[in-house]
Amino acid sequence: MEQLMQQVVSGLANGAIYACVALALVMIFVSTDHINFAQGEMAMFSTYIAWQLMQWGAGFWPAFFIAIAVSFVGGLTIERVILRPLHTAPVLSIVVVFIGLLAICNSIAGSVWSYLIKEFPSPFPKDTFGLAGLIGPHQFGVVLVTIVVLSLLFVFFRFTPLGLAMRAAAQNPVSARLAGVRVDWMLALGWGLAAAVGAVAGTMVAHIVYLDPNMMGGILLYAFAGALLGGISNPGGAVLGGFMVGVLENLVAFIGNAIEKSFGVYIIGNGEKLTVALIIVITVLTVKPSGLFGRVVVKRV
Amino acid sequence: MTTVLEVKDLKAYYGQTQALHGVSFELLEGGITTLLGANGAGKTTTLRAICNMVRTEGDVVFQGRSIRGQATESIVRLGFAHVPEGRGTFTTLTVDENLRIAAYTRSDKAAVKRDLDMVFEYFPRLRERIQQQAGTLSGGEQQMLAISRALMLGPRVMLLDEPSFGLAPLIVQEIFRIMRRINTEAKCSMLLVEQNAALALDLADHAYVLETGRVVMSGPSDVVKNDENIRKSYLGY
Repeated sequence: MEQLMQQVVSGLANGAIYACVALALVMIFVSTDHINFAQGEMAMFSTYIAWQLMQWGAGFWPAFFIAIAVSFVGGLTIERVILRPLHTAPVLSIVVVFIGLLAICNSIAGSVWSYLIKEFPSPFPKDTFGLAGLIGPHQFGVVLVTIVVLSLLFVFFRFTPLGLAMRAAAQNPVSARLAGVRVDWMLALGWGLAAAVGAVAGTMVAHIVYLDPNMMGGILLYAFAGALLGGISNPGGAVLGGFMVGVLENLVAFIGNAIEKSFGVYIIGNGEKLTVALIIVITVLTVKPSGLFGRVVVKRV
Repeated sequence: MTTVLEVKDLKAYYGQTQALHGVSFELLEGGITTLLGANGAGKTTTLRAICNMVRTEGDVVFQGRSIRGQATESIVRLGFAHVPEGRGTFTTLTVDENLRIAAYTRSDKAAVKRDLDMVFEYFPRLRERIQQQAGTLSGGEQQMLAISRALMLGPRVMLLDEPSFGLAPLIVQEIFRIMRRINTEAKCSMLLVEQNAALALDLADHAYVLETGRVVMSGPSDVVKNDENIRKSYLGY
């Protein structure tokens, strides 16, 4: 039982990361209907920026915040420079651009910082932090940081005029223009925010998975599974979905162990984690494409 | 009375297709001008062309300055409120959010508050539904919301695209009565596109009749209203 609790709680820590990346995906999806396949690699790049700043002597938190700011500007620039000219292009062209972006981020990071795996520090104090036995200090810190970031975003989108303008622009761009909202800038801002949230995820997860140019590959998949599970059109749902996938992923090993103990056969275990994520993707897409919390818009004519 | 909006030889295109072939008309300060005509005459396109939502040629002059070629958002910020065909409701936002987004560009909080009170006075029903998801409102309520959103912009000119569309006659009457009040109380000039010619001619002071992207007839509303030939040939009643 205690082991189960442990698995669930540490699943929440992974889930927090997936939730962040899932939210980044959804933020871009709701306003453009595109899945940014480069989201993970952009987050990885942000993490390298933080790492580089620390190599130059910055402390963790200054590096963390500067990396977030740089990522915000970077995301905004990518939208303005690369995607803006393509806004009437067919979906496939945009998908190709995303994949190109993914490859570019990956190879630039590789050539600048090499493909050697690097250690990434944790900012959370080792002894005083965390809940003894249940969750480690870093994982606990990750959950905390994520909750803070998600709450800030919630407040921003829910209670500020700019947040409202961004939601309006995503929901009905024509009407938003007619309300005087600069819709193009709202999209760019969405990209900036998504990149910033990705940077949080990257710098938080790097201590766990270690820093290398391919660190976000699997995480993007889990995040995608989470976003789909929760509802790709619903930011809140995607966050919940991210947490659920994190917990589920951890339970896979736990259930696998239990089965092996009682029946003596190995069916699933740690090796099948990614499989489970992919099964979630396929199942949701075939059974309930709008996801668990995907908003069903009530519309009268 | 001075002219607030002057449209000169306006042409509009959807891709290769030309929808307006040089439309000219003017709107007087504080006046209501209506554009009449059958389906496909170019009424909606004219409104869209004024706001630069389609590719256009020709000129649009607002308070003596050409606004053609400016971004839709910028034109709106100059004082245009376009109530689009289909009402343009933000369906997933609440009624309150729909109204607040319309006032997004305004910094004068006191004036916004005053306009919000005015909106609720015109349409008390919206106050009752303030926290409701706007997509769940009835057609009439959504039309009220659309006009209210336009009011919250604090506009000089309102462009109204078929406010009577799909609504029960009683609701239409209520909405037109309030449009009359808005025109006099909020000192807002109006350019009204309508299928329902009788209704529009009662409200407007000037009328232009469009046919396949051209103005074929124009004049003061009562003249147009009482001209048997115009009525039979173009207005169909």
